[in-house]
Amino acid sequence: MTTPVEQERTQPEAIGEEIAAEDRPWQTVVWNDPVNLMSYVTYVFQKLFGFSRDKATKLMLDVHHKGKAIVTSGTKDKVEADVAKLHAAGLWATMQRAS
Amino acid sequence: MKRWIRDGDVVIGRLDRQEAAVVRGLVSQIQDMLLARAEEAPQDELAELTGIRTGPSEAPDDPILGRLLPDFHRLDDDAPDPDEVNSAAALRSLHEPELLDHKTGAAEIVLQTCSPDGGEIRLSLGEAEAWLASLNDVRLALGTALDVTEDMPDELPPEDPRSPHLGVYHWLTWVQDTLVEAMMR
Repeated sequence: MTTPVEQERTQPEAIGEEIAAEDRPWQTVVWNDPVNLMSYVTYVFQKLFGFSRDKATKLMLDVHHKGKAIVTSGTKDKVEADVAKLHAAGLWATMQRAS
Repeated sequence: MKRWIRDGDVVIGRLDRQEAAVVRGLVSQIQDMLLARAEEAPQDELAELTGIRTGPSEAPDDPILGRLLPDFHRLDDDAPDPDEVNSAAALRSLHEPELLDHKTGAAEIVLQTCSPDGGEIRLSLGEAEAWLASLNDVRLALGTALDVTEDMPDELPPEDPRSPHLGVYHWLTWVQDTLVEAMMR
Protein backbone atom coordinates (compact mmCIF):
# COMPACT_ATOMS: atom_id res chain seq x y z
CA MET A 1 0.00 0.00 0.00
CA THR A 2 1.42 3.31 -1.02
CA THR A 3 0.16 6.86 -1.06
CA PRO A 4 2.54 8.66 -3.39
CA VAL A 5 0.68 11.97 -3.44
CA GLU A 6 0.68 12.35 0.30
CA GLN A 7 4.30 11.31 0.48
CA GLU A 8 5.29 14.11 -1.87
CA ARG A 9 3.46 16.58 0.26
CA THR A 10 5.01 15.50 3.57
CA GLN A 11 8.53 14.95 2.31
CA PRO A 12 9.82 18.55 2.54
CA GLU A 13 8.72 18.78 6.17
CA ALA A 14 10.44 15.51 7.02
CA ILE A 15 13.66 16.68 5.40
CA GLY A 16 13.48 19.95 7.32
CA GLU A 17 13.25 18.10 10.62
CA GLU A 18 16.09 15.83 9.63
CA ILE A 19 18.41 18.77 8.99
CA ALA A 20 17.51 20.41 12.28
CA ALA A 21 18.27 17.16 14.12
CA GLU A 22 21.55 16.77 12.27
CA ASP A 23 22.70 20.20 13.38
CA ARG A 24 22.65 19.11 16.99
CA PRO A 25 25.95 17.58 18.09
CA TRP A 26 26.29 14.19 19.72
CA GLN A 27 27.27 13.72 23.35
CA THR A 28 29.11 10.98 25.21
CA VAL A 29 27.42 10.23 28.51
CA VAL A 30 29.05 8.26 31.34
CA TRP A 31 26.65 6.77 33.91
CA ASN A 32 27.26 6.01 37.55
CA ASP A 33 27.57 2.40 38.59
CA PRO A 34 28.33 0.90 42.00
CA VAL A 35 31.42 -1.05 40.90
CA ASN A 36 33.74 1.32 39.04
CA LEU A 37 36.34 2.92 41.29
CA MET A 38 36.49 6.70 41.57
CA SER A 39 40.28 6.60 41.09
CA TYR A 40 39.96 4.38 38.01
CA VAL A 41 37.25 6.53 36.37
CA THR A 42 39.44 9.63 36.85
CA TYR A 43 42.41 7.75 35.42
CA VAL A 44 40.42 6.62 32.36
CA PHE A 45 39.18 10.17 31.61
CA GLN A 46 42.76 11.50 31.75
CA LYS A 47 44.19 8.66 29.72
CA LEU A 48 41.53 8.50 26.94
CA PHE A 49 40.78 12.19 26.50
CA GLY A 50 43.95 13.89 27.75
CA PHE A 51 42.02 15.84 30.42
CA SER A 52 43.91 17.49 33.29
CA ARG A 53 43.66 15.78 36.68
CA ASP A 54 41.30 18.57 37.84
CA LYS A 55 38.94 18.26 34.88
CA ALA A 56 38.91 14.46 35.06
CA THR A 57 38.20 14.57 38.80
CA LYS A 58 35.37 17.07 38.35
CA LEU A 59 33.70 14.90 35.71
CA MET A 60 34.17 11.77 37.84
CA LEU A 61 32.51 13.53 40.79
CA ASP A 62 29.61 14.60 38.52
CA VAL A 63 29.13 10.97 37.53
CA HIS A 64 29.29 9.92 41.19
CA HIS A 65 26.98 12.58 42.65
CA LYS A 66 24.63 13.41 39.76
CA GLY A 67 24.44 9.91 38.29
CA LYS A 68 25.93 10.90 34.94
CA ALA A 69 28.16 13.36 33.13
CA ILE A 70 28.65 14.44 29.52
CA VAL A 71 32.35 13.88 28.96
CA THR A 72 32.81 14.71 25.26
CA SER A 73 30.71 15.95 22.35
CA GLY A 74 31.05 16.41 18.62
CA THR A 75 30.29 14.54 15.42
CA LYS A 76 28.56 11.18 15.51
CA ASP A 77 31.77 9.40 14.44
CA LYS A 78 33.87 11.02 17.14
CA VAL A 79 31.35 10.31 19.89
CA GLU A 80 30.82 6.75 18.67
CA ALA A 81 34.60 6.17 18.88
CA ASP A 82 34.73 7.72 22.37
CA VAL A 83 31.92 5.44 23.60
CA ALA A 84 33.73 2.40 22.16
CA LYS A 85 36.93 3.40 24.01
CA LEU A 86 35.02 3.84 27.28
CA HIS A 87 33.42 0.40 26.83
CA ALA A 88 36.88 -1.09 26.34
CA ALA A 89 37.88 0.48 29.68
CA GLY A 90 34.76 -1.00 31.31
CA LEU A 91 32.84 2.23 31.90
CA TRP A 92 29.11 2.44 31.33
CA ALA A 93 28.89 4.95 28.46
CA THR A 94 26.20 5.78 25.91
CA MET A 95 25.72 8.37 23.16
CA GLN A 96 22.86 10.79 22.59
CA ARG A 97 21.95 13.87 20.58
CA ALA A 98 22.30 17.17 22.41
CA SER A 99 18.81 18.37 23.32
CA MET B 1 49.91 -8.90 47.90
CA LYS B 2 51.90 -5.78 48.52
CA ARG B 3 50.73 -2.57 46.89
CA TRP B 4 51.93 -2.01 43.33
CA ILE B 5 54.88 0.30 42.84
CA ARG B 6 56.04 2.05 39.70
CA ASP B 7 59.69 2.29 38.81
CA GLY B 8 59.99 4.38 35.63
CA ASP B 9 58.33 2.38 32.86
CA VAL B 10 57.91 -0.75 34.97
CA VAL B 11 55.11 -1.54 37.40
CA ILE B 12 55.93 -4.12 40.05
CA GLY B 13 53.63 -6.18 42.24
CA ARG B 14 53.73 -9.46 44.09
CA LEU B 15 51.07 -12.13 44.60
CA ASP B 16 51.36 -15.26 46.70
CA ARG B 17 50.38 -18.59 45.17
CA GLN B 18 46.80 -18.52 46.46
CA GLU B 19 46.22 -14.93 45.31
CA ALA B 20 47.62 -15.76 41.88
CA ALA B 21 45.20 -18.72 41.67
CA VAL B 22 42.24 -16.44 42.47
CA VAL B 23 43.26 -13.84 39.85
CA ARG B 24 43.99 -16.45 37.18
CA GLY B 25 40.80 -18.40 37.90
CA LEU B 26 38.50 -15.39 37.68
CA VAL B 27 40.25 -13.84 34.65
CA SER B 28 40.02 -17.19 32.80
CA GLN B 29 36.32 -17.51 33.59
CA ILE B 30 35.58 -14.05 32.19
CA GLN B 31 37.76 -14.76 29.16
CA ASP B 32 35.81 -18.01 28.52
CA MET B 33 32.46 -16.19 28.75
CA LEU B 34 33.66 -13.56 26.27
CA LEU B 35 35.10 -16.15 23.87
CA ALA B 36 31.79 -18.06 23.97
CA ARG B 37 29.99 -14.83 23.09
CA ALA B 38 32.43 -14.25 20.21
CA GLU B 39 31.57 -17.73 18.87
CA GLU B 40 27.93 -16.68 18.60
CA ALA B 41 28.78 -13.97 16.06
CA PRO B 42 26.98 -14.54 12.77
CA GLN B 43 29.16 -16.10 10.07
CA ASP B 44 28.40 -14.99 6.57
CA GLU B 45 30.11 -15.24 3.23
CA LEU B 46 30.22 -11.49 2.75
CA ALA B 47 32.10 -11.07 6.03
CA GLU B 48 34.59 -13.71 4.94
CA LEU B 49 35.10 -11.99 1.58
CA THR B 50 35.43 -8.46 2.91
CA GLY B 51 37.12 -9.26 6.19
CA ILE B 52 34.64 -6.93 7.89
CA ARG B 53 33.35 -8.79 10.91
CA THR B 54 29.92 -8.24 12.31
CA GLY B 55 28.83 -9.17 15.81
CA PRO B 56 25.37 -10.02 17.10
CA SER B 57 22.91 -7.13 17.00
CA GLU B 58 21.16 -8.15 20.21
CA ALA B 59 22.43 -7.48 23.73
CA PRO B 60 23.35 -10.62 25.69
CA ASP B 61 20.65 -12.11 27.92
CA ASP B 62 23.17 -12.81 30.65
CA PRO B 63 23.41 -9.81 33.03
CA ILE B 64 27.19 -10.20 33.47
CA LEU B 65 27.85 -10.20 29.72
CA GLY B 66 25.33 -7.37 29.41
CA ARG B 67 27.40 -5.26 31.81
CA LEU B 68 30.67 -6.07 30.03
CA LEU B 69 29.18 -5.33 26.60
CA PRO B 70 26.85 -2.34 27.06
CA ASP B 71 24.49 -0.80 24.50
CA PHE B 72 25.54 2.40 22.71
CA HIS B 73 22.31 4.14 23.70
CA ARG B 74 20.50 4.30 27.00
CA LEU B 75 17.29 2.52 26.08
CA ASP B 76 14.16 3.07 28.12
CA ASP B 77 13.23 -0.29 29.70
CA ASP B 78 9.49 0.18 29.14
CA ALA B 79 9.19 2.29 26.00
CA PRO B 80 12.46 2.32 24.05
CA ASP B 81 12.67 4.75 21.13
CA PRO B 82 12.49 2.54 17.99
CA ASP B 83 15.17 4.62 16.20
CA GLU B 84 17.53 4.18 19.13
CA VAL B 85 16.81 0.46 19.29
CA ASN B 86 17.79 0.12 15.61
CA SER B 87 20.84 2.32 16.03
CA ALA B 88 21.98 0.41 19.16
CA ALA B 89 21.65 -2.89 17.28
CA ALA B 90 23.68 -1.59 14.33
CA LEU B 91 26.39 -0.11 16.56
CA ARG B 92 26.64 -3.28 18.63
CA SER B 93 27.05 -5.43 15.58
CA LEU B 94 29.72 -3.07 14.26
CA HIS B 95 31.77 -2.62 17.47
CA GLU B 96 31.29 -5.78 19.52
CA PRO B 97 33.90 -7.96 17.74
CA GLU B 98 36.61 -5.39 18.48
CA LEU B 99 35.47 -4.95 22.08
CA LEU B 100 35.57 -8.72 22.61
CA ASP B 101 39.10 -8.85 21.12
CA HIS B 102 40.19 -6.06 23.44
CA LYS B 103 38.80 -7.74 26.55
CA THR B 104 39.98 -11.27 25.77
CA GLY B 105 43.39 -9.87 24.80
CA ALA B 106 43.70 -8.02 28.13
CA ALA B 107 42.76 -11.23 29.96
CA GLU B 108 45.42 -13.11 28.00
CA ILE B 109 48.11 -10.62 29.07
CA VAL B 110 47.14 -11.12 32.73
CA LEU B 111 47.34 -14.91 32.32
CA GLN B 112 50.74 -14.61 30.63
CA THR B 113 52.25 -12.28 33.23
CA CYS B 114 50.76 -13.85 36.38
CA SER B 115 52.59 -17.08 37.17
CA PRO B 116 50.43 -19.86 38.69
CA ASP B 117 53.12 -20.10 41.38
CA GLY B 118 52.71 -16.44 42.36
CA GLY B 119 55.78 -14.28 43.01
CA GLU B 120 56.93 -10.95 41.64
CA ILE B 121 55.05 -9.49 38.68
CA ARG B 122 56.89 -7.00 36.46
CA LEU B 123 54.72 -5.19 33.94
CA SER B 124 55.38 -2.74 31.13
CA LEU B 125 52.98 0.22 31.16
CA GLY B 126 51.00 -1.42 28.35
CA GLU B 127 50.70 -4.66 30.30
CA ALA B 128 49.68 -2.71 33.40
CA GLU B 129 46.88 -1.11 31.31
CA ALA B 130 45.70 -4.60 30.39
CA TRP B 131 45.73 -5.62 34.07
CA LEU B 132 43.63 -2.56 34.97
CA ALA B 133 41.05 -3.30 32.27
CA SER B 134 40.94 -7.00 33.10
CA LEU B 135 40.70 -6.53 36.88
CA ASN B 136 37.92 -4.06 36.19
CA ASP B 137 36.06 -6.62 34.05
CA VAL B 138 36.38 -9.22 36.81
CA ARG B 139 35.05 -6.75 39.38
CA LEU B 140 32.16 -5.77 37.09
CA ALA B 141 31.29 -9.45 36.69
CA LEU B 142 31.54 -10.20 40.43
CA GLY B 143 29.76 -6.97 41.31
CA THR B 144 26.88 -7.92 38.99
CA ALA B 145 26.73 -11.50 40.31
CA LEU B 146 26.82 -10.33 43.95
CA ASP B 147 24.40 -7.47 43.27
CA VAL B 148 26.84 -4.96 44.74
CA THR B 149 25.38 -1.56 45.66
CA GLU B 150 26.99 1.82 46.43
CA ASP B 151 26.64 1.30 50.18
CA MET B 152 27.74 -2.33 50.22
CA PRO B 153 29.10 -3.17 53.70
CA ASP B 154 32.62 -4.55 54.09
CA GLU B 155 31.13 -7.80 55.33
CA LEU B 156 27.75 -9.46 54.94
CA PRO B 157 26.12 -11.58 57.65
CA PRO B 158 27.75 -15.05 57.64
CA GLU B 159 24.46 -16.72 56.62
CA ASP B 160 24.36 -14.65 53.39
CA PRO B 161 25.52 -16.96 50.57
CA ARG B 162 27.40 -14.04 48.99
CA SER B 163 29.48 -13.50 52.12
CA PRO B 164 32.63 -15.50 51.16
CA HIS B 165 32.76 -13.97 47.65
CA LEU B 166 32.48 -10.42 48.92
CA GLY B 167 35.91 -10.72 50.53
CA VAL B 168 37.42 -11.58 47.13
CA TYR B 169 35.58 -8.65 45.55
CA HIS B 170 36.92 -6.18 48.13
CA TRP B 171 40.43 -7.60 47.79
CA LEU B 172 40.31 -7.16 43.98
CA THR B 173 39.09 -3.60 44.53
CA TRP B 174 42.18 -2.94 46.62
CA VAL B 175 44.49 -4.57 44.04
CA GLN B 176 42.99 -2.44 41.26
CA ASP B 177 43.01 0.76 43.31
CA THR B 178 46.70 0.47 44.22
CA LEU B 179 47.52 -0.28 40.57
CA VAL B 180 45.69 2.91 39.49
CA GLU B 181 47.61 4.81 42.17
CA ALA B 182 50.93 3.45 40.90
CA MET B 183 50.02 4.32 37.30
CA MET B 184 48.98 7.89 38.17
CA ARG B 185 52.33 8.70 39.82
